[in-house]
Amino acid sequence: MTIERVNEHTVRISPLITEEEVRQLHIGDHVLVSGAIYTARDAAHKRMVDTLEAGGALPIDVRGQLIYYVGPTPARPGRVSGAVGPTTSMRMDPFTPRMLAAGMKVCMGKGNRGAEVRQALQQYTGVYLMAVGGAAAMLSLFIRSIEVVAYEDLGTESIKRMVVEDFPAIVMDDCYGRDLLTEGRKQYRDQATLGSYVPSDRIVVSAG
Amino acid sequence: MREIHVDVIQETIARLCVDATHRLPVDVREGLLGAAATEKAPLAQKILTDLISNFEIAERQMVPLCQDTGTAVVFVELGQDVHVVGGSLEDAINAGVARGYQEGFLRASIVTHPLSTRQNTKNNTPAVVHYEIVPGDRLHLTVLPKGAGCENMSRFANFLPRAGKDAIIEFVLRTVEEVGGNPCPPLVIGIGIGGTAEFAMGLAKKAIFRGVGSQNADPEVAALERELYTKVNALGVGPQAVGGSTTALAVNILMHPTHIASLPVGINIQCHSARSQEAVL
Repeated sequence: MTIERVNEHTVRISPLITEEEVRQLHIGDHVLVSGAIYTARDAAHKRMVDTLEAGGALPIDVRGQLIYYVGPTPARPGRVSGAVGPTTSMRMDPFTPRMLAAGMKVCMGKGNRGAEVRQALQQYTGVYLMAVGGAAAMLSLFIRSIEVVAYEDLGTESIKRMVVEDFPAIVMDDCYGRDLLTEGRKQYRDQATLGSYVPSDRIVVSAG
Repeated sequence: MREIHVDVIQETIARLCVDATHRLPVDVREGLLGAAATEKAPLAQKILTDLISNFEIAERQMVPLCQDTGTAVVFVELGQDVHVVGGSLEDAINAGVARGYQEGFLRASIVTHPLSTRQNTKNNTPAVVHYEIVPGDRLHLTVLPKGAGCENMSRFANFLPRAGKDAIIEFVLRTVEEVGGNPCPPLVIGIGIGGTAEFAMGLAKKAIFRGVGSQNADPEVAALERELYTKVNALGVGPQAVGGSTTALAVNILMHPTHIASLPVGINIQCHSARSQEAVL
């Protein structure tokens, strides 16, 4: 069992994630991630996709995995982790459909995704999570270990295996083509026009 | 001539880099606390609460506020009666940045050749340094660690002079709408109006650290700031663009005379981690 519903709006997931589990995640859901995940950002994505295009093998098995877009700060002595907030996901858009095709199930970052990514999430049954951008010190408290596993020469951009415990995130784009950024804003505006903000049960949820 | 030794400058810059990346300025903290008190959308409210915990944890546990510890942007106001001794001023600033980023466990994010090699310099140098010569015998140093997520969302436009305020309002609203969650709202929006293209962008950057809750001394400009603040927040983008009433903590404008044929407008976008620290030597 790698997915567990904590309450109506909060689910706990642990990679490896299956298609069936991805289908249970909807925009606005609070997600707590536990277990081992991988980090990769711009340079690592370029290298991985170049490798795939050349018919090579990836240095990590991405099937069923979660990839977190982050370049951490170095940890101070005695600490497990430095600051580990998400980077802007949009820069990974050109690589994401290929990563989903290779079997990645979950990606996590911040900000908007392009139409090609939202479509690929539907096609390959994947999900995009948002971690709170700029909450990097707070997010460091959920990290249990970090180790570089590939592309060490890329420094902060290397691929790291990170063990996390109840790392908090929110479903931004689900496998049904729905996008929280579009719907959340529209809902806010519609309600604001009516004069009072009444959250729907799906998009706006209580603190997990 | 008052003499200031480069070693003091280097040490000061190193300290400011570490301070700025760990301690959020009081005005920004108050902006976030105020927003959390008025935000009505529950998910937006939860995010603001996380951001408040974040600045508390960052300072208490000495973990940087954001993993993107930025390009080290340094504003130098050099009194014309100061004589810098012991070496070059710019070398001292870069040595300070290198030391601050390495000893402070900050992320090195600067690459040498922006096009092909993109080799990381490993100590976050060189800094981006802006100089201003001012009267007096003081040296005023301000360090802004500027994250790329928000910096990348900045804009410039040259309008027809008669387009006036309406064009600026439309430009700002369109920008905030387009950039959505990428620059990590709630934002501090710096706007530079006037001068030339590069000067307007410089003003926009400077406008950011004028502070949350401050206003332009010119009543017409202050009114435009208020109008933009209200309209930006009415967009409903919200914290991290999940929908809500808190899209900007501040809209700050700096203005400068311009050419009869020009209306240059620069927008510099700053995320909620509006980091800056200063020192006067």
